[in-house]
Amino acid sequence: METKLISLPVTVNRDTRFRDLVVEALGEAIFSCYQCCKCSAGCPVAFVMDLLPHQVIRSVLLLQREKALSSRTIWICASCETCTTRCPNEIDIAKVMDVLRQIQVESGTEAKEPKVPIFHRTFLNTIKKFGRIHELSLLTNFLRQSGGISDTIKSGEWKNDLRLGIKMFLRGKLKLLPPSKKGVEELRKLFDQAKEHKKS
Amino acid sequence: MKASFFPGCSLEGTAREYGESIDVVSSFLGIKLEELPGWTCCGASAAHCINEFLSVSLPARNLLLAEKLKHDLVTPCAACFSRLKAAEKALTKESKEIDASTPFRGEIKVLHLLEFFSREDLIEIIKDQVKRPLSNLKVVSYYGCLIVRPPQITDAKNWEDPQALDNLISLMGGESIFWPYKTECCGGSLLLTNLDIVRRLIGRILDMAREAEADCIVTACPLCLANLDTRQEEIGKAKGITYNLPVFYFTELLGLALGLKGTQRWFRRHLTDPRPLLKAKQLM
Ligand code: SF4
Ligand code: SF4
Repeated sequence: METKLISLPVTVNRDTRFRDLVVEALGEAIFSCYQCCKCSAGCPVAFVMDLLPHQVIRSVLLLQREKALSSRTIWICASCETCTTRCPNEIDIAKVMDVLRQIQVESGTEAKEPKVPIFHRTFLNTIKKFGRIHELSLLTNFLRQSGGISDTIKSGEWKNDLRLGIKMFLRGKLKLLPPSKKGVEELRKLFDQAKEHKKS
Repeated sequence: MKASFFPGCSLEGTAREYGESIDVVSSFLGIKLEELPGWTCCGASAAHCINEFLSVSLPARNLLLAEKLKHDLVTPCAACFSRLKAAEKALTKESKEIDASTPFRGEIKVLHLLEFFSREDLIEIIKDQVKRPLSNLKVVSYYGCLIVRPPQITDAKNWEDPQALDNLISLMGGESIFWPYKTECCGGSLLLTNLDIVRRLIGRILDMAREAEADCIVTACPLCLANLDTRQEEIGKAKGITYNLPVFYFTELLGLALGLKGTQRWFRRHLTDPRPLLKAKQLM
């Protein structure tokens, strides 16, 4: 009798690059997520997230790139490492957040919480410039970059900020002058090298 | 006893009294903490959020500097500690590409200051030298996130219920109170971008300290202290509560218990003034 070939439905070959980047950074453990939600249950900022940590993991596995990258979650994750510490399957969830943030920044689109990446960028620029963080320069540059000055005026927060600033100053906690530049030359090399190490 | 010291960026600014008390206490105990010459910022949370390469290479640069000096590297900041440890793990694992001419050999250890002060020999000295026991002072210990988490990076042993601060408090004659928020996050990394979230996180921690009936909180990190100390008034006002919970660096309490000079000057720098409490407890 003639054997008949049954044709099986072919899996659509979807672009897995997005997931591959995450797997590359933390290994295959992520495939073992059984959605127990332990990560989300212990997350201190879950109350303001639009995607809970266990949903972020699922979205990565399902190749839902846009959903993950456009989330508020990746920016308000406080990097407290509670999820990573407690996951029964040793999935480094906090690292997943890092990788997603890095991919998001490199994609060039606007982040859901634009102030956060602006803050990180300002932070790194301050290091590049002085070698160390000078708190006052960081603060003023960040306010300038993020339009934070008009925000605090609109919300009335400026009174609070000013009061706090004065108190800190009076207690000798505001260092006015930036540090003398230390190791800046060497750091510049690292910053140049960093440009060559992009994710995508 | 000698170690290289990585102060971190806030010790000259917002955490000045931490630096000052570390100096006084360590020289009293005969510890030489030598500032790492030419150290640069570890990248804190900014680097690992947006740039993987810098998240390792910034702290790695400091590790390599320290290894040349052959002494363990001690840091008083939780964030610096966590980044230095992350670099240590990364360098001893694979990518020795950071600076091929001087690869990191892993011959020195990275220690948080709290770990360093918990060495058995130091504990013995401190025990012998307590001049003014912190009697009746009810203290909750706040470790925050990054001194203990994740244990794969920090090598912490009791990450859900750490003991180092509690032990020091007991050693100094204070009453260390158990509470469930030893390692709850205060939102430090979001301070400048999402203040509303941070206020809620700090508020929860302060509420729990009150519920535990603590007089004060002790910490081992500049960012934790800044967060818990500076915003009590505004958070309390919104809730109709007066917190008034002084927050100390553990080295300040050591200075007090060991009867050292300069404590007044440190306490004056706090926004939640600890002096009324210490006077009421006859510790000043
Ligand atoms: S704790 Fe781990 S296994 Fe459980 S849902 Fe979160 S990532 Fe998945
Ligand atoms: S690291 Fe981020 S996602 Fe994980 S528990 Fe902390 S805040 Fe939540």
